[in-house]
Amino acid sequence: MKVIYTDSLVIGGGLAGLRVAIAAKQRGYESIILSLIPAKRSHSAAAQGGMQASLGACVKGNGDDEDVHFSDTVKGSDWGCDQDVARMFVNTAPKAIRQLSAWGVPWSRVQGGDRDVIINGEKVTITENHEAQGLITARDFGGTKKWRTCFTSDGTGHTMLYAMDNKAIQMEIPVHERKEAIALIHEDGVCHGAVVRDLITGELIAYVAKATTIATGGYGRLYSVSTNAVISEGIGTAIALETGVATLGNMEAVQFHPTAIVPVGILTTEGCRGDGGLLLDKDGYRFMPDYEPEKKELASRDVVSRRMTEHMRKGKGVSSRYGDHLWLDITLLGRKHIEKNLREVKEICEYFLGIDPVKEYIPVRPTQHYSMGGVRTRATGESPTLKGLFSAGEAACWDMHGFNRLGGNSVAETVVAGMIVGEYVADHCAANALKISTSTIEHFMKAEEKKITELLVRDYGENPFELKVAMQKIMMDKVGIFRNGEDLAQAVEELKVLNQRAKNIALRNKISSSNPELVEAIRVPKMIKMAQCVAYGAQLRTESRGAHAREDYPERNDRDWLKRTLTTWTDDSADLPEVSYEDLDVMKMELPPGSRGYGVDNTVHHPDTPKRLSQVEEIQKANPSANRHEMQELLNPLTIPEKFKGKNERIGRGYK
Amino acid sequence: MSDQARILKFQIFRYNPLKPGDKPRMVTYEVTEAPGMTIFIALNEIREEQDPSLQFDFVCRAGICGSCGMVVNGRPDLACRTLTSKFADGEIKLLPLPGFELIGDLSVNTGKFMRSMSERVESWIHDTTADEVNFDKLEERMDPDLADKIYELERCVECGCCVSACATKRMRPDFLSAVGFMRLARYTLDPRDKRTDEEYYEIMGDDDGVFGCMTLLGCEDYCPKDLPHQTQIAYLRRKMALVR
Ligand SMILES: Cc1cc2nc3c(=O)[nH]c(=O)nc-3n(C[C@H](O)[C@H](O)[C@H](O)COP(=O)(O)OP(=O)(O)OC[C@H]3O[C@@H](n4cnc5c(N)ncnc54)[C@H](O)[C@@H]3O)c2cc1C
Ligand code: SF4
Ligand code: SF4
Ligand code: FES
Repeated sequence: MKVIYTDSLVIGGGLAGLRVAIAAKQRGYESIILSLIPAKRSHSAAAQGGMQASLGACVKGNGDDEDVHFSDTVKGSDWGCDQDVARMFVNTAPKAIRQLSAWGVPWSRVQGGDRDVIINGEKVTITENHEAQGLITARDFGGTKKWRTCFTSDGTGHTMLYAMDNKAIQMEIPVHERKEAIALIHEDGVCHGAVVRDLITGELIAYVAKATTIATGGYGRLYSVSTNAVISEGIGTAIALETGVATLGNMEAVQFHPTAIVPVGILTTEGCRGDGGLLLDKDGYRFMPDYEPEKKELASRDVVSRRMTEHMRKGKGVSSRYGDHLWLDITLLGRKHIEKNLREVKEICEYFLGIDPVKEYIPVRPTQHYSMGGVRTRATGESPTLKGLFSAGEAACWDMHGFNRLGGNSVAETVVAGMIVGEYVADHCAANALKISTSTIEHFMKAEEKKITELLVRDYGENPFELKVAMQKIMMDKVGIFRNGEDLAQAVEELKVLNQRAKNIALRNKISSSNPELVEAIRVPKMIKMAQCVAYGAQLRTESRGAHAREDYPERNDRDWLKRTLTTWTDDSADLPEVSYEDLDVMKMELPPGSRGYGVDNTVHHPDTPKRLSQVEEIQKANPSANRHEMQELLNPLTIPEKFKGKNERIGRGYK
Repeated sequence: MSDQARILKFQIFRYNPLKPGDKPRMVTYEVTEAPGMTIFIALNEIREEQDPSLQFDFVCRAGICGSCGMVVNGRPDLACRTLTSKFADGEIKLLPLPGFELIGDLSVNTGKFMRSMSERVESWIHDTTADEVNFDKLEERMDPDLADKIYELERCVECGCCVSACATKRMRPDFLSAVGFMRLARYTLDPRDKRTDEEYYEIMGDDDGVFGCMTLLGCEDYCPKDLPHQTQIAYLRRKMALVR
């Protein structure tokens, strides 16, 4: 039995995982990162659009600060987020971006003087302040009051991931590539590491650690068409679920991005609309202002995706052999802008559609994009039920996104969570010794070995590729943008059947080393369980909030549903997870529930909402001289690692 | 496009070094072409429907992550963004990228190569104060055009196509290759990196470095991100020639 010991085991080499490992190593703890692929190929590289941080240096960002970012984030989440976490996040994001700047990200910078931009379909000249020359600039993104999304030309995620991985290489942090964590090792409510399969040799290795962090990204590939990388299959989240101890949060919260190309689902960034691109229907008509007169194309993602779907249902879609779609028009931005700031989009159009977006419209349709749900954690990043298990990034439900995350807030989350959770991981390493018996490790290793042997010896059975396609189709057709009780009930029943069939997978290629069919056979049963968590959670949640839109329950219902869904899977022979709920405490909210400002407000309010609103008012009245930092402390006192407590400086404003 | 779907003929290199007795060979598979089909789609179809043991690497399937470099009809390229319609006769021959450790079939270990390249060129900002930077304060300013220029050189996705296309690399196994030169060029341009020319010379001032390059420019021809290899290699050579 091969066992590798370390202080901090990080499963996942994307932005979040790398940053957690860096934090622990900076504090002197040995860290090992596991990844299915070389770290620099992680899905984080695909983020083209940008990272939100309220630097307020560009002229359209002037007046921005943590408070504005906080309010955008909470509203974006449809009040489903954890406001303590959202607060920690917005206060730390400016530090994160500045640190990355020192580590080598070539952020695009403010150029003083006049420049032409497209706003609301019109060419407008804006004048950047000369005093801000050379500071990090930002672009407009959906659902934000200010231009806050910092970027590097068209390759934000790529440059962030390269800088982060390079930092890890500099710090001599090993990344064990082509390794897949397939089970967690745990005992008496404490996590001790993971059983890991070498994807080349097939060998099983036990990685034993004081702290284990899941940073494995999202679960977009539960759906047939997704903007996500093909490895975003949620396996890290699934192994937490399979402990029966760790809980998953808000699994039904799945975001659809308005503009992925048809049919393959590759994303064209929100930057297209942020920079002035428009959505048009089959008549070339710009329809978004009719639905959302204020924010138009730049309403929050979930809203735009639903409006597009509604419009297509009215027969206004462009029909094609792949079903209906709409047009994204960026021709008005001009060649120069597209070739510099949206070049990746141009390449994608050329290679995958054979069109030139400088001259032609892009066929787009809302497509699965982001997983708000994931491993439920405290604000420290630790699982509330499984000690020593941490999670960060898209894999986690740290819960700053609630039921809808804002564009640009995700790569920002990966880095900020990496910094904060990384400190708590280090604290955990400091306070705990490695205490685990060999027999426990052996028990978990044997269990996985047995499963693999069974797969390899079974003569007849199910084809894992077919099961996966069937699952993805159920999710696509019945657990999509608009949901209803009937479809969801069917989805749950059909997934139960698949869950049974998945116990009987047989392989055609019976070798234990590098074997893509075996990889699939190990993953598919886990993915079906994850899909069931999403579908069942969606069925039970009889309201609409953020990206979870029920046609049969169109209103947001704070009275009954201002709570987070918690999912566990304790009984391995069951076909359904256990679901419970955790209330969000209105009386502690810095920003009590209100309207997001889209469409008609039909919210069923929580009885505590008016109470908290008047309480907040009283606090404000009682402290007329409090500045915004003091007011935040009064309304939402924070515990945050010492390192990140400082106020953030802004041009023209200092630390105010 | 006519509605009569073509039958594509894929000739694929097959060899699993971990399977006892396995021998390198070319195997032919037939796939019915679909509109908009890429090599990514076709290979997955072959794996799911014809041969589940077929190994290849895709991650982003959007030409962004650099996982899927392979030799497509003699040309190192990103397979995920190569449309099958590009090949008039419907015959597509696929080989793994040469110059890298073979994992199996079309899968090669570019990751291992790239990590050691990064270690060798010390692919990070050399500045002892970078870790102490006070991130509460305004960031260090940078000329906007310079930031753009650095990004232009940082667009490399470590796919390895340039390495496979390089004749010098074939003769000199330790040759740094274009991907390494591009990385170095990126850091020499960046004022945040405080390395001196002498320090850079230590890394690339020999025949395994820029002086070994024969400027045949396979790298420039095949780089899927169209990075300016020719100008950057020439620039590094001039810069290094001045050191000693
Ligand atoms: C096309 C696209 C564009 C986007 N653009 C933006 C944007 O502009 N702005 C923004 O804020 N967000 C954007 N996002 C979202 C954002 O990119 C992701 O949410 C974020 O990068 C996730 O980072 P991560 O570190 O959590 O995970 P990832 O980067 O997905 O990394 C996951 C890691 O886990 C590893 N792994 C997975 N499973 C296992 C396992 N079982 N064992 C071992 N290792 C494992 C993988 O190898 C990988 O290294 C975009 C997303 C997509 C799909
Ligand atoms: S110019 Fe030729 S020899 Fe030099 S790195 Fe490029 S391919 Fe190799
Ligand atoms: S320089 Fe070009 S060909 Fe070489 S690894 Fe980078 S992207 Fe690929
Ligand atoms: S799979 Fe990412 S570049 Fe081809």
